[in-house]
Amino acid sequence: MAQMAQDQSAFRMELRSWLEANCPAEMRDGNSSRDHTCWGGRNWVFESEAQETWLNRCIEKGYTVPTWPKAYGGAGMNRAEEKIWQEELARIEARRPLDSFGIWMLGPALLHFGTEEQKKKYLLPIARGEIRWCQGYSEPGAGSDLASVQTKCEDKGDHWLVNGQKIWTSYADKADAIFALVRSDRDAKKHLGITFLLIDMETPGVSTRPIKLISGMSPFCETFFDNVEVPKEDEDGISSVVGTINRGWDVAKYLLTHERSMISAIGSGTGGMRPLAQILTDDGAELDPVLRAAAIKAEIDSLATGLTLERYKDMAEAGQGVGDASAMLKYVGTELNKDRHELMMAAGGSDALEWDGPYGSRPADWLRTKANSIEGGTSEVMLSIVSRRVLGLPG
Amino acid sequence: MTEEETMLADSARGFLDENAPVKQLRDLRDAGKTFDKALWQEMAKMGWAGILVPEDQGGSDMGHAAVGILAREMGKTLVASPFLSSAVIAATALRQVSDSRAQQALSAIASGEVTYALAVDEGPKFSPEKTEMSATRDGNSFRLNGEKTFVVDGALADRLLVLARTDAGLTLFDLPADRDGVTRDQKGMIDSRDAAKITFDNVEATGEDVLGNVDHAMKVLQPALEAGQAALAAEMSGVAAGAFGMTVGYLKERKQFGVLIGQFQALQHRAADLWCHTEVTASAVAHAGRMLDEDPENASLAVSLAKARATDTAKRAVIEGVQMHGGIGMTDDFDMGFYMKRARVAAEWLGDYGYHAEKIAKIRGL
Repeated sequence: MAQMAQDQSAFRMELRSWLEANCPAEMRDGNSSRDHTCWGGRNWVFESEAQETWLNRCIEKGYTVPTWPKAYGGAGMNRAEEKIWQEELARIEARRPLDSFGIWMLGPALLHFGTEEQKKKYLLPIARGEIRWCQGYSEPGAGSDLASVQTKCEDKGDHWLVNGQKIWTSYADKADAIFALVRSDRDAKKHLGITFLLIDMETPGVSTRPIKLISGMSPFCETFFDNVEVPKEDEDGISSVVGTINRGWDVAKYLLTHERSMISAIGSGTGGMRPLAQILTDDGAELDPVLRAAAIKAEIDSLATGLTLERYKDMAEAGQGVGDASAMLKYVGTELNKDRHELMMAAGGSDALEWDGPYGSRPADWLRTKANSIEGGTSEVMLSIVSRRVLGLPG
Repeated sequence: MTEEETMLADSARGFLDENAPVKQLRDLRDAGKTFDKALWQEMAKMGWAGILVPEDQGGSDMGHAAVGILAREMGKTLVASPFLSSAVIAATALRQVSDSRAQQALSAIASGEVTYALAVDEGPKFSPEKTEMSATRDGNSFRLNGEKTFVVDGALADRLLVLARTDAGLTLFDLPADRDGVTRDQKGMIDSRDAAKITFDNVEATGEDVLGNVDHAMKVLQPALEAGQAALAAEMSGVAAGAFGMTVGYLKERKQFGVLIGQFQALQHRAADLWCHTEVTASAVAHAGRMLDEDPENASLAVSLAKARATDTAKRAVIEGVQMHGGIGMTDDFDMGFYMKRARVAAEWLGDYGYHAEKIAKIRGL
């Protein structure tokens, strides 16, 4: 125990001095909101030289994907080490070097379901920020009922022919490639005829249309597939299907669990987020007693939710299945995030009502959070999952 | 939970299901009693009374995380015992002092021979800093005058830890409960457990009776309070789990309109929301125990977080418990009421939600 603590503190000191020497000052502004991190990809334009330097230095050490194996561009950190890495980033308010759906979703799916060849081909470019992936799950007729996907995928010998439409595809207009759920067997039961397919966005027949949201932002798109021919294998014989054909739901379910824990992190004040107290009183704003009381409660719930996320990550690392309990993490985390943003708006008063006012993106961020409890499964779906699968209540 | 913790929880559950189900509390209440001395002796034999006592003094010295495991299991069936007052609070206070008298006292706690109660409160709210009871110098000794309220386990305890104001601060005294001038008035509490108002009329205390240093009570008392608050939070998470378990069980067996009521989405979502709440609180409770074991100097935030969350969760669990049971939940024949009453008493003991929320706010800069 003492030895472990010692090793960890040596590890912390090593990271701390590396960060001190390598994290550019401009990247230490505590701004890890999704609009300020680097997303990478073929067409990425760095916002500053510092952003590029920061990314490159992290790539070299495997710090863009700290828990991935070194062979695939990671740093091979275990959970305890990753936690220290995050704490050290937060300590100097460093931005995350790279955000992407490749890191959060496709990578974990490939690590779990991919062949060795697929891992070699896809993981390194994700770790290096060379490709930007988007996630093609929801369809106009398949939102909360995700397994109802209808986008048609036909076997045409050397290629798959894809026709259909996706919706709520995050940043599809900026992505280089999409991992999509497609209906490959129309006669099978709905969970059994789905395939998890990788498609290059430059393939003829793929088009996107951004959806303007109440926040004024367009983080989501509609994505159309019009006679899109997806090669079954590339020139090296590597398949464009992850997992087994017609068993894409297994991959999707695994990823949903993963996604839910990730989304829940938003609201918990972990992962480098600043304490609510600091945000609310940053500009010396005095909180009236009613608002202050609400803020204290939100802070209490944030801290406890953060600890819960840590506890479940520890359980996952210890090999205890988290499974359906991720629905709890998603529900609690997103509802809390909405509360936090309501408080931030209230603390800002009329100054927070201007689009580009003294609080910058605060109003747009507030509106954006309303999607948190819808995307990746609504709060109500999460509660139904908990009640049926965790509590065993009758269906 | 670690494997050891799971084993401890399982063995505690086995013992308590057999020896201290909720019915035991009901029987005590119906017999006009608040505590079963024989049960406490059994617990002492298993090492529970000495859970925080060093092995040299006959304890099992298992630490605060283990305390939390036991307290949670006790909470599930509302076990009435001096576990928190003696084995957790008094033992932690005594461990801050290294003299031989404290060591003897620890041995007596571990063996189950002697029980303690903590006399801090003077009004309806926990607020040790505002203590008014006086301990004035009288030659080589002190004279204690004043009144302590809500002394949990105080009517039956053998000894009392008493907080009083001295010349330049607060001082903690360790006194036998039958010393001249001490009058104990046991109150009929809603949770059917022991609590007393205790009056001190010119009670003599010598330097020997001072625990720690004169005017510096908090050095000894703060760790003891934090240990007690964390353990109480664990007990409350058990109270919530017990009430919740009954409720989910009922949803699976009660039929109305020709179907199991657990099929109604309105009830499913209430139950699921409550489960989420209990899970989040369980994390805060476990964290507090670990912090007290690993970094006690910096455990205040974790402890207050656990107590605040557990207070909130236990309240929700019993309110929802009664609501989802319908009319039967309101009857005395049914156990849910016992959970509700214990949750309310535990909410107030050692600082309510507001007290701990304010501590958290100060630490977090709000």
